[in-house]
Amino acid sequence: MSPPTPTSQAAPRSSAASRQRASIVAWARDRYEDLELGSVREWLAQEPGRKACGYLPVYVPREVIHAAGMLPVGIHGGGSMEIIRGDAWYQSYICHLPRSVVELGLTGRLDCLSAMLFPSTCDVIRNLSGMWQILSPQTWVRYVDLPQVNDPERAVEFWTGELRHILSGLTALTGKVVDDEALWASIAVYNEMRALIEELYAVRRDEPWRVPSEELYLLLRAGEVVPVEEWLVRAREYLEASAADKNRPRDNARVVLTGAFCEQPPLGLIMTIERAGCYIVDDDLLLGNRMIRGPVAQGGDPLVALARALLHQHRTTSVLYEPDPTGKAREIPERVEAARADGVIFAAPSFCDPALLDRPMLRDGAEKAGIPCIAFKYAENTGQFQQFREQAGTFSDSIKLWVGTRAEQGRVERGRTGAGGEP
Amino acid sequence: MLLQKEMIAEHFQRLEDAPRSGEKVVYTFVPGNLTELIRSFGALPLLPEINALQSGMRGKSKAYIAEAEKAGHSADVCTYVKADIGMMMSGNIGPTGTRLPPPDLLLLSYTGCYTFMKWFELLREQYKCPTVFLQIPYQGDGTLLPEHREYVVKQLREDVIPALEAVTGRAYDEGRLRELLALSARAEDDLVAVLHSAKQKPSPIDSYFGGVYYIGPIFSAFRGTPEGVAYYEALREEVEERQALGIGPETPSGRLDDQRFRIVVEGPPNWTSFNEFWQMFSDEGAVVVASTYTKVGGTYDFGFRHDPGDPLGTMADYCGGCYTNHNLPGRIDMLVDYVKQYAADGFLINSVKSCNSFSAGQLLILREVEKRTGIPGGFIESDLVDPRYFSAANIKNRLESYFQMLRERRRGQVAPGSDATAEVTP
Repeated sequence: MSPPTPTSQAAPRSSAASRQRASIVAWARDRYEDLELGSVREWLAQEPGRKACGYLPVYVPREVIHAAGMLPVGIHGGGSMEIIRGDAWYQSYICHLPRSVVELGLTGRLDCLSAMLFPSTCDVIRNLSGMWQILSPQTWVRYVDLPQVNDPERAVEFWTGELRHILSGLTALTGKVVDDEALWASIAVYNEMRALIEELYAVRRDEPWRVPSEELYLLLRAGEVVPVEEWLVRAREYLEASAADKNRPRDNARVVLTGAFCEQPPLGLIMTIERAGCYIVDDDLLLGNRMIRGPVAQGGDPLVALARALLHQHRTTSVLYEPDPTGKAREIPERVEAARADGVIFAAPSFCDPALLDRPMLRDGAEKAGIPCIAFKYAENTGQFQQFREQAGTFSDSIKLWVGTRAEQGRVERGRTGAGGEP
Repeated sequence: MLLQKEMIAEHFQRLEDAPRSGEKVVYTFVPGNLTELIRSFGALPLLPEINALQSGMRGKSKAYIAEAEKAGHSADVCTYVKADIGMMMSGNIGPTGTRLPPPDLLLLSYTGCYTFMKWFELLREQYKCPTVFLQIPYQGDGTLLPEHREYVVKQLREDVIPALEAVTGRAYDEGRLRELLALSARAEDDLVAVLHSAKQKPSPIDSYFGGVYYIGPIFSAFRGTPEGVAYYEALREEVEERQALGIGPETPSGRLDDQRFRIVVEGPPNWTSFNEFWQMFSDEGAVVVASTYTKVGGTYDFGFRHDPGDPLGTMADYCGGCYTNHNLPGRIDMLVDYVKQYAADGFLINSVKSCNSFSAGQLLILREVEKRTGIPGGFIESDLVDPRYFSAANIKNRLESYFQMLRERRRGQVAPGSDATAEVTP
């Protein structure tokens, strides 16, 4: 049985926009909760010969999967599902995500996937790629080594080669001949997706009461399993509905949530943070869907263009080497500034090497910049949220009492200068 | 052993003197270390994992780890990193009691372990020195692809060598590098002869607890040096003498001639209770005949030798072939081969909390090796250098039960009509 989760922030309303918004969120929630991947199976059943390709966090080039004629399917663990067989494969000091992924695999829930990609997020996911080769010999498995070197041109060359390997392996499964036109078409549709996700994040940053984080998260989780074209329609409808159906602003602190880019926190934890008085105005949840900032520029060889985009437009993250010696110290202050946040919540999965090894560097940079911080660990199956409620609530209160939120500072400033503006 | 101690003491003395002597110091990692290249520029390598494990063996790591955790490092992450950072925060006094110099260059050979990347990002925060990154692609498909090899060679030529030239003020001298690589190959031949000696019964060596001493010079600062060559010649001579006499290795329980169990071990050892851990084996008459940890810095026993004829290509092959840069099926193949080649009675995994690169997937390795060899596997858990995770009573219990099971199994097998795997000769 799933642990109880807090109820939605949105009060029941009856307008058409409200109903549409609720309907889209319910659609997304169905896909989030469906560990049997029912929507993937439906898509596969619609046409003979269709195939799907799963991938682990954080980043894989979904454009290439799409161009190969396959449905990209994000495998983000099993949430609070009961783990019976998965625990038998992992020691107690290894994070939860691989246990639930193995559980999903061994119970047949992933048997609709013809291929699996395991990106170089950490050694656990890396080694899981080898486990999958043994546990699921019928699946085409590829370890995806992200480019790490300083020299962008050499990295582009390497990464382009990796993209070609992936494309060649996937097209061997689908039998599809993929030309540049097909690749450009896939890049274009994912450019649209990135633009829409950026718009959703911008709206939440500017009006977090309009796009509650649990709704945004559910929408993005649905985007991990449904065809991108279907997601674009739903996400646009959501954006329109949310504009006409805004919640009331609350006196919340604004926070950046960071460290949750791989194993995902339970939805209840995201809701708890916001209900406790912290609007999440930036995060790294499901980071792979916006690892590339902005569009992939059109022109030339599409795989080279895709590679260049990753190398030149990627977000800072623990899974990529930071060549700039000042990069780690600057990362959080820059994100806080861009999101106009009041503080940072470092939320990392237990035993997560990338997030936890990065944390001292990131926190040091934040504290030197005078940014209030709190930190905690979670697992995808965390079922008790009281401690997080208290921690986030106290954090919000302390910002409001001792530091002052940006909104408060803005009000004081406007009062001093006599300027008007939003509340 | 004495020879190695002298070599290490002299090396650390040179490191301490480096700020005065002007010798440049390059921090790098054991897997995929480029010792010959570093030394061809007249620089000295310094390996943070070696410092961490030495701190563990000398009882200092607990305090260093506590220091790092007080500074905000998580209890969940690699204790090598925390021991190293704690040592740095405590004055950077190295394992031999000499002060370690700050690096002139951090050479991040990114081979087989994600944590290395974060480790050097963390060190860079403190030392503010140049860092050069060498990405070694993982053998996800079971091989280092030709384009991956070329990628490494290009990085060596265009990133690593220029970085070493800038730091040392010396030009790259390929002739000098070839000379050092030739010395490496000689030492590697001798090391492999030593490792292969364990095929004999009784084995003249312990390939895990003794093995970590045997790999010390070649995986740290001495590959490509005359001292390294001399060390491995002497070691081989000593081991061949033991082979000729039909005697076993020295252990904490005395010389182990009566070898009741021949074991293959996967995973790194625990360093904080190293002798106690070894004694749990030797008291039972168990000798380790092959181990994967002795391949962590590079794998020689399947034929690889540094090739002076192709200096950069051979370094790419070396880096790509480190044990943890092999995918899981490749690691399983290697272990199965060891069990067969060394006529092992048992297969044990020491799973360390700190090292996901080794540990994630080991329970699958256990099952697969059991399935493919028919010998029973054992599984114990500890840590590299955090004494809080070495529970002597638990580990001893498990090992005793495991050896008891091997004993009972052997009794059953030597009954008339049964297979007698324990009687297999090399």
